[in-house]
Amino acid sequence: MKIAITSSGKSLDSPMDPRFGRAPYIIIANDAGELLEVIDNAANVNAMRGAGIQAAKSLADRGVSVLLTGHCGPNAFTALQSAGIKVGSDQSGVVKDALEKYRNGGVNFANGPNAEAHW
Amino acid sequence: MKIAVASGKGGTGKTTVATSLAASLGRRAQILDCDVEEPNCHILMSPEIESSEAITLSTPLVDMSKCNLCGKCGEVCNFSAILTIGKTTLTFPEMCHGCGGCMLLCPEKAISETPRELGVVETGSFEDVEFVQGRIRIGEAMAPPLIKAVKNRLNPNKIAILDAPPGASCPVINTVKGSDFVIMVTEPTPFGLHDLRIAVEAIEPLGIPMGVVLNRSDIGDHEVQTYCGEARLPLMLQIPFDRQIAEGYSRGKMLIQTNPDYVEKFIGLFEDVSRFVRKRSETKQEPQS
Amino acid sequence: MKELVIISGKGGTGKTCLTASFGYLAENKVMADCDVDAADLHIILEPRVLEKEEFWGGVKASIDQFKCVKCGLCAEVCRFDAITDSLTVDPISCEGCSVCFHVCPENAIKMDEVLNGHWFKCESRFGPMIHAALLPGEENSGKLVALVRNQAKTLAKELGKSLILVDGAPGVGCPVISSISGANNVLVITEPSLSGLHDMQRAINLVQGFNIPTVAVINKYDINETVSSQIEAWLGENKVNLIGKIPYDTSVIKSMVQRKAVVESNQGPANEAIRNIWERLSRDVLNLEA
Repeated sequence: MKIAITSSGKSLDSPMDPRFGRAPYIIIANDAGELLEVIDNAANVNAMRGAGIQAAKSLADRGVSVLLTGHCGPNAFTALQSAGIKVGSDQSGVVKDALEKYRNGGVNFANGPNAEAHW
Repeated sequence: MKIAVASGKGGTGKTTVATSLAASLGRRAQILDCDVEEPNCHILMSPEIESSEAITLSTPLVDMSKCNLCGKCGEVCNFSAILTIGKTTLTFPEMCHGCGGCMLLCPEKAISETPRELGVVETGSFEDVEFVQGRIRIGEAMAPPLIKAVKNRLNPNKIAILDAPPGASCPVINTVKGSDFVIMVTEPTPFGLHDLRIAVEAIEPLGIPMGVVLNRSDIGDHEVQTYCGEARLPLMLQIPFDRQIAEGYSRGKMLIQTNPDYVEKFIGLFEDVSRFVRKRSETKQEPQS
Repeated sequence: MKELVIISGKGGTGKTCLTASFGYLAENKVMADCDVDAADLHIILEPRVLEKEEFWGGVKASIDQFKCVKCGLCAEVCRFDAITDSLTVDPISCEGCSVCFHVCPENAIKMDEVLNGHWFKCESRFGPMIHAALLPGEENSGKLVALVRNQAKTLAKELGKSLILVDGAPGVGCPVISSISGANNVLVITEPSLSGLHDMQRAINLVQGFNIPTVAVINKYDINETVSSQIEAWLGENKVNLIGKIPYDTSVIKSMVQRKAVVESNQGPANEAIRNIWERLSRDVLNLEA
């Protein structure tokens, strides 16, 4: 199973980035806590609008099941939900720790977006 | 004749000039408020609104019984307004620019269109002046189609006065495009001058002649006059600061209502503009004859 | 880190003058001018440009006249009347949707990225500043606004600043949405005219839709005290904190002509009012440490 974490850097030791669509990197890990892939999200960071929608698409294409992030807007949330990706929002700290927290069952999944639509 | 009234900087008296110019011309005039984000002409004119029409944009509607999840629509959309994800195709109507691309290019013909309301266009009259205004829905970002809808109601038998949005970006260009003359309203301060320059640069490529009205002409410095001289922009009218005008405006009164002697000046302004436009069309036609 | 955005709905209500004055009074901050259509803050702040970056955004179509067989399909499908009768692209009308590019049977159309403007990292009289300038007539200012705010945030983080003061975009459209989304606080400045009231209502409705705490200021309140009390009443009903009123004061224009912030002379009633507003704002609303 693949877990995606929004990150400010390219490693498991990087601090998370609270934004979903506009996070500089999205780290994909497996449920053993190992790094599988780093998505460079630069194109989305500078997208005019719809960054969250595009980011959701790239997670769906990779078969991700869980997303850990800070804020998730309504459009991105709808897209993630349609792809069957569970969203753990309001997460912060280092990527590795968030992942650990999830693996220990400490992450509650959101029923809705926790940010306003933004551009 | 179509005369657009624009200003680089907001709050310089653009609406004051547009309304007073239209009202001075009376039954010969039609005023079109194209500042759809903040339409203010109605505040100074209190027009009688006779009809109101919702303006919509066509956005996609997906028939999931026909959709085979190929994802083509999401690939061709440049605005992230449609996306195939998981076992469905989602639409995000507020992102849509209404280009129709997804509908046209869907191989399964699974997409039709449904309207999204952008705002309203209202028509009516103030005394003898025909009145048209657009008003965008709060939070809606697509101004140009609404501006177009306002301009579609332009009466070719009248002198159309178009109140443009402030600034120098695409809604302003959308408004002034196709006009015979642009009146730029500014004030004699460094802000007024800076924003005038930018607006002039933006409108210049359209090849429409421009002139300047200097509002509150005695409050600041003389840099705007110097610039007008250098840029060969005619300075067509100066309106000195008058607390009575400011106070009248704040109560929703037009300049020519608080200071009726300005009627003559605005008619003079119009005559100067028409002379300018006539002379220009004559010189334009000369090489052909 | 706190981010305060100053907006006005209506232009010419004193937004930039107030932002510049806050910039003079506030410490440990970065300034950002998001009024990219007509950025004026730099006139008072006299920034020295340290870095100038290009800003590319959106795409526009162009037709290769050698490949084009004049079938006219592009003009038929374009909903923005951007293909002229002679089958060339009118860049002013082109929305960048790429439909023509997709339908052209001869692959004669390409979509080119467009240079929209520039953004600048600067050192100004009042400290570090980010501002931007759209090329005249260019669109996409919402995206540029987002970029200016992001750069200001990055800079504030780098320099360890605790506050970002943002001169917001006018209106209630895309640029202003872009300048307030995700901000900590918004200040709406208005003037006591019916259009000032009308535009302020639209601006506050917009901000409230984003759930951002909002305060209001009435500028030149004594020009029309009747409308001022109307504004006050409306603010009260809508639970917006009126944090101060600034009297009409000719020294405001004098300072503008001298390219100075109103509070720099430390004279006159407007100066005094703005200083009081800043004191309350920084203490009670932004909770900045003294």
